[in-house]
Amino acid sequence: MASIETGPALLRGTVQRPPGSRTARPRRGIRWTRLLLIVFLILLSLSFLTPGFWMLNASLRPEAKVLEFPPRLALLHPEWSNYRTVFSSIGPYLLNSIRLAALNVVGSCIVSSLAGFAFARLRFVGRDALFGVVLVTAIVPSVVYLLPQYILFQKFGWVDTLYPLWVPQILTPVFGTFLMRQAFKTLPVELDESARVDGASTFRIFVSIMVPLVKPAIASVAIFSFLGSWNDLFGPLIFLTSPEKQTLPIFLAEFQGEFATSVAPLMAAATVTVVPVLIIFLLAQRYFVQGVTGSALKG
Amino acid sequence: MLPIVVGIGAFQLIPVVVSMYSSLTRWDGIESPQFVGLQNYKDLLTTDPIFYQVLRNTLLFTVISVPLTVLFALVLALFANLRLPGLAFFRTAFFAPYVMNVVAIGYVWFNIYSPDGILNSLLKTVGVQGPSWLADSTWVIPAVIIVNVWQGVGYPMVILLGGLQNIPAELHEAARIDGANGWSRLLRVTLPLLTPQIFFVLLAQFISSFQVFGLIYVMTKGGPGFSSSVYIFYLWQVAFQQGKFGYAAAMAWLMVILIAVIAWAQWQLQKKWVFYG
Repeated sequence: MASIETGPALLRGTVQRPPGSRTARPRRGIRWTRLLLIVFLILLSLSFLTPGFWMLNASLRPEAKVLEFPPRLALLHPEWSNYRTVFSSIGPYLLNSIRLAALNVVGSCIVSSLAGFAFARLRFVGRDALFGVVLVTAIVPSVVYLLPQYILFQKFGWVDTLYPLWVPQILTPVFGTFLMRQAFKTLPVELDESARVDGASTFRIFVSIMVPLVKPAIASVAIFSFLGSWNDLFGPLIFLTSPEKQTLPIFLAEFQGEFATSVAPLMAAATVTVVPVLIIFLLAQRYFVQGVTGSALKG
Repeated sequence: MLPIVVGIGAFQLIPVVVSMYSSLTRWDGIESPQFVGLQNYKDLLTTDPIFYQVLRNTLLFTVISVPLTVLFALVLALFANLRLPGLAFFRTAFFAPYVMNVVAIGYVWFNIYSPDGILNSLLKTVGVQGPSWLADSTWVIPAVIIVNVWQGVGYPMVILLGGLQNIPAELHEAARIDGANGWSRLLRVTLPLLTPQIFFVLLAQFISSFQVFGLIYVMTKGGPGFSSSVYIFYLWQVAFQQGKFGYAAAMAWLMVILIAVIAWAQWQLQKKWVFYG
Protein backbone atom coordinates (compact mmCIF):
# COMPACT_ATOMS: atom_id res chain seq x y z
CA MET A 1 0.00 0.00 0.00
CA ALA A 2 2.89 2.29 0.73
CA SER A 3 3.70 2.57 -2.98
CA ILE A 4 0.36 4.17 -3.65
CA GLU A 5 1.16 6.88 -1.17
CA THR A 6 4.67 7.44 -2.45
CA GLY A 7 3.35 8.00 -5.97
CA PRO A 8 3.00 11.77 -5.85
CA ALA A 9 6.08 12.29 -3.72
CA LEU A 10 8.03 10.04 -6.03
CA LEU A 11 7.02 12.26 -8.86
CA ARG A 12 7.90 15.57 -7.36
CA GLY A 13 11.18 14.11 -6.18
CA THR A 14 10.52 15.32 -2.68
CA VAL A 15 10.55 12.09 -0.77
CA GLN A 16 11.52 12.93 2.75
CA ARG A 17 14.35 11.01 4.24
CA PRO A 18 15.17 10.88 7.87
CA PRO A 19 18.19 12.98 8.75
CA GLY A 20 21.41 11.05 8.60
CA SER A 21 20.74 9.32 5.31
CA ARG A 22 23.55 9.32 2.84
CA THR A 23 23.02 12.66 1.15
CA ALA A 24 22.27 14.60 4.27
CA ARG A 25 25.88 14.95 5.36
CA PRO A 26 27.77 17.05 2.83
CA ARG A 27 31.47 16.37 2.67
CA ARG A 28 34.26 17.92 0.61
CA GLY A 29 34.40 16.30 -2.81
CA ILE A 30 30.83 15.10 -2.67
CA ARG A 31 29.66 18.31 -4.30
CA TRP A 32 31.81 17.79 -7.37
CA THR A 33 30.75 14.20 -7.82
CA ARG A 34 27.16 15.32 -7.49
CA LEU A 35 27.61 18.01 -10.09
CA LEU A 36 29.28 15.57 -12.48
CA LEU A 37 26.51 13.07 -11.86
CA ILE A 38 23.85 15.67 -12.66
CA VAL A 39 25.58 16.62 -15.90
CA PHE A 40 25.92 12.96 -16.80
CA LEU A 41 22.25 12.27 -16.10
CA ILE A 42 21.12 15.27 -18.12
CA LEU A 43 23.23 14.13 -21.08
CA LEU A 44 21.85 10.62 -20.69
CA SER A 45 18.25 11.85 -20.71
CA LEU A 46 18.88 14.06 -23.70
CA SER A 47 20.45 11.25 -25.68
CA PHE A 48 17.50 9.11 -24.73
CA LEU A 49 15.19 11.72 -26.21
CA THR A 50 17.18 12.02 -29.44
CA PRO A 51 14.86 9.84 -31.56
CA GLY A 52 11.97 12.07 -30.48
CA PHE A 53 13.85 15.25 -31.37
CA TRP A 54 14.86 13.75 -34.66
CA MET A 55 11.24 12.94 -35.46
CA LEU A 56 10.13 16.48 -34.68
CA ASN A 57 12.98 17.98 -36.64
CA ALA A 58 12.49 15.73 -39.67
CA SER A 59 8.79 16.57 -39.70
CA LEU A 60 9.71 20.21 -40.32
CA ARG A 61 12.34 19.67 -43.01
CA PRO A 62 11.92 19.58 -46.76
CA GLU A 63 11.91 16.00 -48.01
CA ALA A 64 15.18 16.27 -49.91
CA LYS A 65 17.06 17.27 -46.79
CA VAL A 66 15.65 14.85 -44.22
CA LEU A 67 18.57 12.47 -44.28
CA GLU A 68 21.35 15.05 -44.55
CA PHE A 69 24.07 14.73 -41.96
CA PRO A 70 24.66 16.36 -39.59
CA PRO A 71 20.93 17.15 -39.46
CA ARG A 72 20.24 20.87 -39.49
CA LEU A 73 17.77 22.40 -37.08
CA ALA A 74 14.41 23.03 -38.67
CA LEU A 75 13.42 25.76 -36.22
CA LEU A 76 14.80 28.58 -38.36
CA HIS A 77 13.06 27.60 -41.57
CA PRO A 78 10.28 25.19 -40.68
CA GLU A 79 8.68 23.41 -43.61
CA TRP A 80 4.98 23.37 -42.70
CA SER A 81 3.85 21.69 -45.90
CA ASN A 82 4.48 18.25 -44.35
CA TYR A 83 1.80 18.98 -41.80
CA ARG A 84 -0.52 20.25 -44.50
CA THR A 85 -0.14 16.91 -46.28
CA VAL A 86 -0.94 15.07 -43.07
CA PHE A 87 -3.90 17.16 -42.04
CA SER A 88 -5.50 16.82 -45.46
CA SER A 89 -6.08 13.12 -44.79
CA ILE A 90 -5.81 12.44 -41.08
CA GLY A 91 -9.25 13.78 -40.10
CA PRO A 92 -11.45 10.63 -40.13
CA TYR A 93 -8.75 8.48 -38.49
CA LEU A 94 -8.20 11.02 -35.76
CA LEU A 95 -11.93 11.15 -35.15
CA ASN A 96 -12.19 7.35 -34.94
CA SER A 97 -9.31 7.21 -32.49
CA ILE A 98 -10.81 9.94 -30.32
CA ARG A 99 -14.24 8.33 -30.36
CA LEU A 100 -12.81 4.94 -29.40
CA ALA A 101 -10.62 6.41 -26.68
CA ALA A 102 -13.59 8.28 -25.17
CA LEU A 103 -15.78 5.16 -25.15
CA ASN A 104 -13.01 3.06 -23.65
CA VAL A 105 -12.08 5.56 -20.97
CA VAL A 106 -15.64 6.25 -19.79
CA GLY A 107 -16.68 2.61 -20.03
CA SER A 108 -13.74 1.11 -18.22
CA CYS A 109 -13.85 3.71 -15.46
CA ILE A 110 -17.50 2.90 -14.74
CA VAL A 111 -17.18 -0.86 -14.99
CA SER A 112 -13.93 -1.16 -13.08
CA SER A 113 -15.05 1.07 -10.22
CA LEU A 114 -18.29 -0.91 -9.89
CA ALA A 115 -16.44 -4.22 -10.00
CA GLY A 116 -13.62 -3.01 -7.79
CA PHE A 117 -16.18 -1.81 -5.24
CA ALA A 118 -17.96 -5.15 -5.28
CA PHE A 119 -14.75 -7.11 -4.83
CA ALA A 120 -13.49 -4.87 -2.06
CA ARG A 121 -16.64 -4.01 -0.14
CA LEU A 122 -19.53 -6.34 -0.74
CA ARG A 123 -19.78 -9.76 0.80
CA PHE A 124 -21.04 -12.56 -1.38
CA VAL A 125 -20.39 -16.23 -1.89
CA GLY A 126 -17.39 -17.01 -4.06
CA ARG A 127 -16.15 -13.42 -4.12
CA ASP A 128 -12.49 -14.20 -3.74
CA ALA A 129 -12.60 -17.18 -6.06
CA LEU A 130 -14.20 -14.95 -8.68
CA PHE A 131 -11.53 -12.32 -8.20
CA GLY A 132 -8.96 -15.07 -8.70
CA VAL A 133 -10.57 -15.88 -12.05
CA VAL A 134 -10.40 -12.20 -13.00
CA LEU A 135 -6.68 -12.08 -12.20
CA VAL A 136 -5.93 -15.28 -14.09
CA THR A 137 -7.52 -13.90 -17.24
CA ALA A 138 -4.99 -11.08 -17.07
CA ILE A 139 -2.14 -13.54 -17.57
CA VAL A 140 -3.65 -15.42 -20.51
CA PRO A 141 -2.08 -13.99 -23.66
CA SER A 142 -4.68 -12.01 -25.58
CA VAL A 143 -4.22 -13.93 -28.86
CA VAL A 144 -5.76 -16.96 -27.19
CA TYR A 145 -9.15 -15.31 -27.04
CA LEU A 146 -8.71 -12.86 -29.93
CA LEU A 147 -9.01 -15.63 -32.51
CA PRO A 148 -12.39 -16.95 -31.28
CA GLN A 149 -13.50 -13.35 -30.65
CA TYR A 150 -12.86 -12.68 -34.29
CA ILE A 151 -15.07 -15.60 -35.32
CA LEU A 152 -17.71 -14.53 -32.81
CA PHE A 153 -17.77 -10.96 -34.08
CA GLN A 154 -17.99 -12.21 -37.62
CA LYS A 155 -21.22 -13.97 -36.60
CA PHE A 156 -22.51 -10.79 -34.91
CA GLY A 157 -21.68 -8.81 -38.04
CA TRP A 158 -19.32 -6.70 -35.94
CA VAL A 159 -16.21 -7.14 -38.04
CA ASP A 160 -15.34 -3.83 -39.64
CA THR A 161 -17.24 -1.85 -37.00
CA LEU A 162 -15.81 -0.13 -33.95
CA TYR A 163 -17.65 -2.44 -31.52
CA PRO A 164 -14.91 -5.10 -31.19
CA LEU A 165 -12.52 -2.37 -30.15
CA TRP A 166 -14.47 -1.15 -27.17
CA VAL A 167 -17.24 -3.53 -26.07
CA PRO A 168 -14.93 -6.38 -24.95
CA GLN A 169 -12.42 -3.93 -23.50
CA ILE A 170 -14.84 -2.08 -21.26
CA LEU A 171 -16.48 -5.30 -20.11
CA THR A 172 -13.18 -6.89 -19.11
CA PRO A 173 -11.14 -4.15 -17.42
CA VAL A 174 -9.02 -6.58 -15.40
CA PHE A 175 -6.22 -4.20 -14.55
CA GLY A 176 -8.65 -1.39 -13.71
CA THR A 177 -10.68 -3.66 -11.45
CA PHE A 178 -7.51 -4.65 -9.66
CA LEU A 179 -6.49 -1.02 -9.12
CA MET A 180 -9.96 0.03 -7.98
CA ARG A 181 -10.23 -2.89 -5.58
CA GLN A 182 -6.94 -1.80 -4.01
CA ALA A 183 -8.20 1.76 -3.71
CA PHE A 184 -11.56 0.85 -2.15
CA LYS A 185 -9.84 -1.47 0.31
CA THR A 186 -7.85 1.39 1.80
CA LEU A 187 -10.99 3.30 2.81
CA PRO A 188 -12.08 2.78 6.44
CA VAL A 189 -15.06 0.48 7.00
CA GLU A 190 -16.63 3.02 9.37
CA LEU A 191 -17.40 5.15 6.33
CA ASP A 192 -20.02 2.82 4.88
CA GLU A 193 -21.25 1.80 8.31
CA SER A 194 -22.09 5.33 9.40
CA ALA A 195 -23.70 6.09 6.05
CA ARG A 196 -25.74 2.92 6.32
CA VAL A 197 -26.92 3.95 9.78
CA ASP A 198 -28.05 7.20 8.22
CA GLY A 199 -30.13 5.10 5.82
CA ALA A 200 -28.14 5.34 2.62
CA SER A 201 -28.44 2.50 0.11
CA THR A 202 -25.39 0.60 -1.11
CA PHE A 203 -25.55 2.35 -4.45
CA ARG A 204 -25.87 5.74 -2.78
CA ILE A 205 -22.85 4.99 -0.58
CA PHE A 206 -20.91 4.00 -3.66
CA VAL A 207 -21.77 7.06 -5.70
CA SER A 208 -21.69 9.86 -3.18
CA ILE A 209 -19.19 8.67 -0.60
CA MET A 210 -16.80 6.15 -2.08
CA VAL A 211 -16.26 7.38 -5.62
CA PRO A 212 -15.16 10.90 -4.65
CA LEU A 213 -12.53 9.37 -2.36
CA VAL A 214 -10.94 7.17 -5.00
CA LYS A 215 -10.67 9.78 -7.74
CA PRO A 216 -6.88 9.36 -8.09
CA ALA A 217 -7.30 5.65 -8.76
CA ILE A 218 -10.03 6.39 -11.30
CA ALA A 219 -7.64 8.79 -12.99
CA SER A 220 -5.05 6.00 -13.24
CA VAL A 221 -7.61 3.66 -14.78
CA ALA A 222 -8.65 6.38 -17.24
CA ILE A 223 -5.08 6.99 -18.34
CA PHE A 224 -4.28 3.35 -18.87
CA SER A 225 -7.41 2.66 -20.84
CA PHE A 226 -6.76 5.78 -22.92
CA LEU A 227 -3.26 4.58 -23.72
CA GLY A 228 -4.42 1.06 -24.46
CA SER A 229 -7.06 2.31 -26.84
CA TRP A 230 -5.01 5.05 -28.51
CA ASN A 231 -1.98 2.88 -29.11
CA ASP A 232 -3.73 -0.37 -29.99
CA LEU A 233 -2.40 -1.78 -33.24
CA PHE A 234 -3.39 -5.44 -33.22
CA GLY A 235 -7.12 -4.83 -32.64
CA PRO A 236 -7.76 -2.45 -35.55
CA LEU A 237 -5.46 -4.54 -37.72
CA ILE A 238 -7.60 -7.63 -37.43
CA PHE A 239 -11.09 -6.21 -36.84
CA LEU A 240 -11.23 -3.29 -39.25
CA THR A 241 -11.04 -3.66 -42.98
CA SER A 242 -12.39 -0.54 -44.65
CA PRO A 243 -10.00 2.41 -44.67
CA GLU A 244 -12.51 5.00 -43.45
CA LYS A 245 -13.04 3.13 -40.19
CA GLN A 246 -9.37 2.82 -39.31
CA THR A 247 -7.63 4.43 -36.37
CA LEU A 248 -4.42 6.46 -36.13
CA PRO A 249 -1.88 3.62 -35.81
CA ILE A 250 -3.24 2.05 -38.99
CA PHE A 251 -3.32 5.45 -40.67
CA LEU A 252 0.38 5.76 -39.94
CA ALA A 253 1.08 2.29 -41.29
CA GLU A 254 -0.94 2.98 -44.45
CA PHE A 255 0.66 6.37 -44.80
CA GLN A 256 4.04 4.68 -45.00
CA GLY A 257 2.73 2.44 -47.75
CA GLU A 258 1.25 5.33 -49.69
CA PHE A 259 4.20 7.71 -49.44
CA ALA A 260 6.89 5.08 -49.30
CA THR A 261 9.67 7.45 -50.15
CA SER A 262 8.63 10.51 -48.20
CA VAL A 263 10.07 10.48 -44.73
CA ALA A 264 9.22 14.05 -43.75
CA PRO A 265 5.40 13.82 -44.01
CA LEU A 266 5.53 10.43 -42.29
CA MET A 267 7.39 12.00 -39.39
CA ALA A 268 4.81 14.77 -39.31
CA ALA A 269 2.07 12.14 -39.09
CA ALA A 270 3.98 10.32 -36.34
CA THR A 271 4.34 13.59 -34.43
CA VAL A 272 0.62 14.28 -34.67
CA THR A 273 -0.09 10.79 -33.27
CA VAL A 274 2.37 11.03 -30.41
CA VAL A 275 1.86 14.59 -29.22
CA PRO A 276 -1.62 14.22 -27.64
CA VAL A 277 -0.39 11.25 -25.62
CA LEU A 278 2.70 13.09 -24.48
CA ILE A 279 0.63 16.09 -23.37
CA ILE A 280 -1.73 13.89 -21.38
CA PHE A 281 1.23 12.02 -19.95
CA LEU A 282 2.93 15.22 -18.81
CA LEU A 283 -0.26 16.56 -17.24
CA ALA A 284 -1.24 13.35 -15.51
CA GLN A 285 2.14 11.77 -14.83
CA ARG A 286 1.25 11.42 -11.17
CA TYR A 287 -1.65 9.06 -11.81
CA PHE A 288 0.40 7.25 -14.32
CA VAL A 289 3.16 6.46 -11.86
CA GLN A 290 0.54 5.39 -9.32
CA GLY A 291 -0.95 2.98 -11.81
CA VAL A 292 2.43 1.48 -12.64
CA THR A 293 3.50 1.04 -9.03
CA GLY A 294 0.02 -0.25 -8.21
CA SER A 295 0.44 -2.97 -10.81
CA ALA A 296 3.46 -4.31 -8.96
CA LEU A 297 1.61 -4.90 -5.71
CA LYS A 298 0.36 -8.34 -4.97
CA GLY A 299 -3.37 -8.75 -4.32
CA MET B 1 -20.16 -6.33 -10.84
CA LEU B 2 -22.49 -8.02 -13.26
CA PRO B 3 -20.98 -6.41 -16.38
CA ILE B 4 -17.50 -7.73 -15.67
CA VAL B 5 -18.79 -11.24 -14.99
CA VAL B 6 -20.72 -11.23 -18.24
CA GLY B 7 -17.80 -9.61 -20.03
CA ILE B 8 -15.19 -12.04 -18.86
CA GLY B 9 -17.53 -14.92 -19.52
CA ALA B 10 -18.50 -13.84 -23.01
CA PHE B 11 -15.24 -12.37 -24.26
CA GLN B 12 -12.62 -14.38 -22.44
CA LEU B 13 -13.76 -17.64 -20.86
CA ILE B 14 -15.98 -18.85 -23.70
CA PRO B 15 -13.39 -17.84 -26.33
CA VAL B 16 -10.72 -19.69 -24.33
CA VAL B 17 -12.77 -22.86 -24.51
CA VAL B 18 -13.57 -22.28 -28.18
CA SER B 19 -9.91 -21.74 -29.00
CA MET B 20 -8.90 -24.85 -27.09
CA TYR B 21 -11.36 -26.86 -29.15
CA SER B 22 -10.49 -25.15 -32.42
CA SER B 23 -6.82 -25.96 -31.91
CA LEU B 24 -7.91 -29.57 -32.44
CA THR B 25 -9.59 -28.84 -35.76
CA ARG B 26 -8.88 -27.81 -39.28
CA TRP B 27 -10.80 -24.58 -39.60
CA ASP B 28 -10.78 -21.64 -41.97
CA GLY B 29 -13.12 -19.60 -39.80
CA ILE B 30 -15.94 -19.72 -42.34
CA GLU B 31 -16.96 -23.34 -42.88
CA SER B 32 -17.58 -25.59 -39.91
CA PRO B 33 -14.44 -26.96 -38.24
CA GLN B 34 -13.24 -30.48 -38.94
CA PHE B 35 -11.97 -32.38 -35.93
CA VAL B 36 -8.39 -33.58 -36.50
CA GLY B 37 -7.20 -34.38 -32.97
CA LEU B 38 -3.66 -33.35 -32.17
CA GLN B 39 -2.68 -33.08 -35.83
CA ASN B 40 -2.07 -29.31 -35.69
CA TYR B 41 0.31 -29.67 -32.76
CA LYS B 42 2.06 -32.53 -34.50
CA ASP B 43 2.46 -30.50 -37.69
CA LEU B 44 3.79 -27.50 -35.77
CA LEU B 45 6.39 -29.54 -33.96
CA THR B 46 7.45 -31.88 -36.76
CA THR B 47 6.81 -30.49 -40.22
CA ASP B 48 6.86 -26.69 -39.96
CA PRO B 49 10.45 -25.43 -40.33
CA ILE B 50 9.26 -21.81 -40.12
CA PHE B 51 7.77 -22.47 -36.71
CA TYR B 52 11.16 -23.50 -35.34
CA GLN B 53 12.87 -20.49 -36.80
CA VAL B 54 10.18 -18.22 -35.37
CA LEU B 55 10.47 -19.89 -31.98
CA ARG B 56 14.25 -19.50 -32.04
CA ASN B 57 13.93 -15.81 -32.97
CA THR B 58 11.42 -15.20 -30.20
CA LEU B 59 13.56 -16.91 -27.57
CA LEU B 60 16.67 -15.05 -28.75
CA PHE B 61 14.78 -11.77 -28.64
CA THR B 62 13.45 -12.47 -25.15
CA VAL B 63 16.66 -13.82 -23.67
CA ILE B 64 18.61 -10.73 -24.73
CA SER B 65 15.95 -8.08 -24.39
CA VAL B 66 14.62 -8.91 -20.92
CA PRO B 67 17.88 -8.90 -18.91
CA LEU B 68 19.07 -5.81 -20.81
CA THR B 69 15.86 -3.92 -20.04
CA VAL B 70 15.82 -4.90 -16.38
CA LEU B 71 19.51 -4.16 -15.85
CA PHE B 72 19.22 -0.78 -17.53
CA ALA B 73 16.05 -0.03 -15.55
CA LEU B 74 17.83 -0.95 -12.33
CA VAL B 75 20.75 1.37 -13.03
CA LEU B 76 18.36 4.21 -13.91
CA ALA B 77 16.26 3.58 -10.82
CA LEU B 78 19.36 3.70 -8.61
CA PHE B 79 20.30 7.03 -10.21
CA ALA B 80 16.78 8.35 -9.83
CA ASN B 81 16.79 7.39 -6.17
CA LEU B 82 19.68 9.77 -5.41
CA ARG B 83 18.44 13.10 -4.23
CA LEU B 84 19.52 15.24 -7.13
CA PRO B 85 17.91 18.28 -8.73
CA GLY B 86 16.34 17.75 -12.14
CA LEU B 87 15.15 14.25 -11.34
CA ALA B 88 11.60 14.94 -12.48
CA PHE B 89 12.96 15.73 -15.93
CA PHE B 90 15.17 12.66 -15.85
CA ARG B 91 12.31 10.35 -14.98
CA THR B 92 9.97 11.90 -17.54
CA ALA B 93 12.59 11.51 -20.28
CA PHE B 94 13.05 7.82 -19.62
CA PHE B 95 9.38 7.15 -19.29
CA ALA B 96 8.16 9.09 -22.32
CA PRO B 97 8.90 6.42 -24.97
CA TYR B 98 6.72 3.99 -23.05
CA VAL B 99 3.56 5.98 -23.75
CA MET B 100 4.31 6.57 -27.43
CA ASN B 101 2.56 4.74 -30.19
CA VAL B 102 4.53 1.74 -31.37
CA VAL B 103 3.83 2.55 -35.02
CA ALA B 104 5.26 6.06 -34.67
CA ILE B 105 8.27 4.72 -32.78
CA GLY B 106 8.77 1.97 -35.32
CA TYR B 107 8.92 4.41 -38.24
CA VAL B 108 11.23 6.83 -36.46
CA TRP B 109 13.71 4.02 -35.81
CA PHE B 110 13.11 2.56 -39.26
CA ASN B 111 14.51 5.79 -40.65
CA ILE B 112 17.29 6.05 -38.10
CA TYR B 113 18.37 2.54 -39.15
CA SER B 114 18.00 3.11 -42.89
CA PRO B 115 21.24 2.38 -44.82
CA ASP B 116 21.85 6.11 -45.32
CA GLY B 117 20.12 7.13 -42.09
CA ILE B 118 21.60 9.13 -39.24
CA LEU B 119 22.97 6.11 -37.41
CA ASN B 120 25.16 5.07 -40.31
CA SER B 121 26.11 8.69 -41.03
CA LEU B 122 27.19 8.97 -37.41
CA LEU B 123 29.19 5.75 -37.64
CA LYS B 124 30.84 7.00 -40.83
CA THR B 125 32.22 10.05 -39.00
CA VAL B 126 34.17 7.70 -36.77
CA GLY B 127 35.23 5.63 -39.75
CA VAL B 128 32.87 2.68 -39.41
CA GLN B 129 30.84 1.40 -42.31
CA GLY B 130 27.52 0.48 -40.66
CA PRO B 131 25.50 -2.52 -41.82
CA SER B 132 22.11 -2.07 -43.41
CA TRP B 133 20.58 -2.95 -40.03
CA LEU B 134 16.99 -3.97 -40.71
CA ALA B 135 17.77 -5.48 -44.10
CA ASP B 136 20.62 -7.57 -42.67
CA SER B 137 19.62 -10.91 -41.21
CA THR B 138 22.39 -10.79 -38.56
CA TRP B 139 21.65 -7.28 -37.36
CA VAL B 140 17.89 -7.14 -37.58
CA ILE B 141 17.11 -8.75 -34.21
CA PRO B 142 19.72 -6.78 -32.25
CA ALA B 143 18.44 -3.60 -33.91
CA VAL B 144 14.84 -4.30 -32.86
CA ILE B 145 16.00 -5.27 -29.37
CA ILE B 146 17.62 -1.86 -28.95
CA VAL B 147 14.32 -0.17 -29.81
CA ASN B 148 12.43 -2.51 -27.49
CA VAL B 149 14.76 -1.73 -24.58
CA TRP B 150 14.59 1.98 -25.36
CA GLN B 151 10.82 1.94 -25.36
CA GLY B 152 10.30 -0.48 -22.49
CA VAL B 153 12.76 0.63 -19.84
CA GLY B 154 10.52 3.26 -18.22
CA TYR B 155 7.95 0.86 -16.81
CA PRO B 156 10.33 -1.39 -14.84
CA MET B 157 12.29 1.70 -13.81
CA VAL B 158 9.26 3.19 -12.08
CA ILE B 159 8.46 -0.09 -10.34
CA LEU B 160 12.04 -0.55 -9.13
CA LEU B 161 12.16 3.07 -8.00
CA GLY B 162 9.00 2.48 -5.97
CA GLY B 163 10.70 -0.52 -4.38
CA LEU B 164 13.86 1.46 -3.62
CA GLN B 165 11.89 4.18 -1.90
CA ASN B 166 10.25 1.64 0.36
CA ILE B 167 13.57 0.47 1.76
CA PRO B 168 13.83 1.97 5.23
CA ALA B 169 16.70 4.42 5.55
CA GLU B 170 17.56 3.03 8.98
CA LEU B 171 18.90 -0.11 7.34
CA HIS B 172 21.42 1.89 5.34
CA GLU B 173 22.26 3.85 8.43
CA ALA B 174 22.87 0.69 10.45
CA ALA B 175 25.03 -0.76 7.69
CA ARG B 176 27.09 2.41 7.55
CA ILE B 177 27.68 2.40 11.26
CA ASP B 178 28.89 -1.16 10.87
CA GLY B 179 31.44 0.21 8.41
CA ALA B 180 29.91 -0.85 5.09
CA ASN B 181 30.90 1.40 2.17
CA GLY B 182 28.66 2.48 -0.70
CA TRP B 183 29.24 -0.59 -2.84
CA SER B 184 28.75 -3.14 -0.15
CA ARG B 185 25.62 -1.32 1.05
CA LEU B 186 24.30 -1.58 -2.51
CA LEU B 187 25.17 -5.28 -2.82
CA ARG B 188 24.26 -6.40 0.68
CA VAL B 189 21.34 -4.15 1.62
CA THR B 190 19.71 -2.48 -1.37
CA LEU B 191 19.72 -5.26 -3.93
CA PRO B 192 18.56 -8.08 -1.62
CA LEU B 193 15.67 -5.92 -0.43
CA LEU B 194 14.78 -5.08 -4.01
CA THR B 195 14.66 -8.70 -5.21
CA PRO B 196 10.83 -8.99 -5.04
CA GLN B 197 10.46 -6.07 -7.44
CA ILE B 198 13.28 -7.35 -9.64
CA PHE B 199 11.57 -10.71 -9.86
CA PHE B 200 8.26 -9.08 -10.72
CA VAL B 201 9.68 -6.98 -13.55
CA LEU B 202 11.69 -9.90 -14.93
CA LEU B 203 8.54 -12.00 -15.11
CA ALA B 204 6.39 -9.20 -16.56
CA GLN B 205 9.04 -8.31 -19.15
CA PHE B 206 9.43 -11.95 -20.10
CA ILE B 207 5.71 -12.37 -20.73
CA SER B 208 5.45 -9.17 -22.77
CA SER B 209 8.67 -9.69 -24.78
CA PHE B 210 7.56 -13.14 -25.76
CA GLN B 211 4.50 -11.53 -27.34
CA VAL B 212 6.26 -8.70 -29.15
CA PHE B 213 4.35 -7.79 -32.30
CA GLY B 214 4.10 -4.08 -33.05
CA LEU B 215 7.77 -3.29 -33.57
CA ILE B 216 8.24 -6.31 -35.83
CA TYR B 217 5.10 -5.53 -37.81
CA VAL B 218 6.13 -1.93 -38.35
CA MET B 219 9.90 -2.20 -38.76
CA THR B 220 10.64 -5.49 -40.47
CA LYS B 221 7.47 -7.43 -41.35
CA GLY B 222 9.45 -10.42 -40.10
CA GLY B 223 12.11 -9.98 -42.75
CA PRO B 224 14.53 -10.26 -44.35
CA GLY B 225 13.12 -13.71 -45.12
CA PHE B 226 11.92 -15.01 -41.78
CA SER B 227 14.97 -13.81 -39.88
CA SER B 228 13.03 -11.48 -37.57
CA SER B 229 9.64 -13.17 -37.59
CA VAL B 230 8.46 -13.72 -34.03
CA TYR B 231 5.77 -15.85 -32.48
CA ILE B 232 2.78 -13.52 -32.53
CA PHE B 233 3.74 -12.12 -35.91
CA TYR B 234 3.79 -15.59 -37.46
CA LEU B 235 0.57 -16.48 -35.66
CA TRP B 236 -1.08 -13.37 -37.09
CA GLN B 237 0.06 -14.33 -40.59
CA VAL B 238 -1.18 -17.90 -40.19
CA ALA B 239 -4.58 -16.81 -38.89
CA PHE B 240 -5.43 -13.66 -40.76
CA GLN B 241 -3.47 -13.94 -43.97
CA GLN B 242 -3.60 -17.68 -44.57
CA GLY B 243 -6.94 -18.18 -42.81
CA LYS B 244 -5.76 -21.24 -40.87
CA PHE B 245 -7.59 -20.62 -37.61
CA GLY B 246 -7.22 -24.12 -36.19
CA TYR B 247 -3.49 -24.12 -36.77
CA ALA B 248 -3.17 -20.62 -35.28
CA ALA B 249 -5.17 -21.66 -32.22
CA ALA B 250 -2.76 -24.57 -31.72
CA MET B 251 0.11 -22.08 -31.93
CA ALA B 252 -1.58 -19.88 -29.35
CA TRP B 253 -2.00 -22.78 -26.94
CA LEU B 254 1.52 -23.98 -27.46
CA MET B 255 2.62 -20.47 -26.50
CA VAL B 256 0.48 -20.54 -23.37
CA ILE B 257 2.11 -23.82 -22.38
CA LEU B 258 5.61 -22.48 -23.09
CA ILE B 259 5.03 -19.29 -21.13
CA ALA B 260 3.44 -21.19 -18.27
CA VAL B 261 6.35 -23.64 -18.07
CA ILE B 262 8.98 -20.91 -18.16
CA ALA B 263 7.06 -18.77 -15.67
CA TRP B 264 6.71 -21.80 -13.39
CA ALA B 265 10.45 -22.44 -13.62
CA GLN B 266 11.16 -18.83 -12.75
CA TRP B 267 8.76 -19.10 -9.84
CA GLN B 268 10.62 -22.15 -8.52
CA LEU B 269 13.97 -20.45 -8.99
CA GLN B 270 12.90 -17.29 -7.22
CA LYS B 271 12.73 -19.17 -3.92
CA LYS B 272 16.51 -19.40 -4.19
CA TRP B 273 17.22 -15.72 -4.70
CA VAL B 274 14.22 -13.53 -3.87
CA PHE B 275 14.25 -12.16 -0.37
CA TYR B 276 10.93 -11.53 1.35
CA GLY B 277 11.88 -9.59 4.45
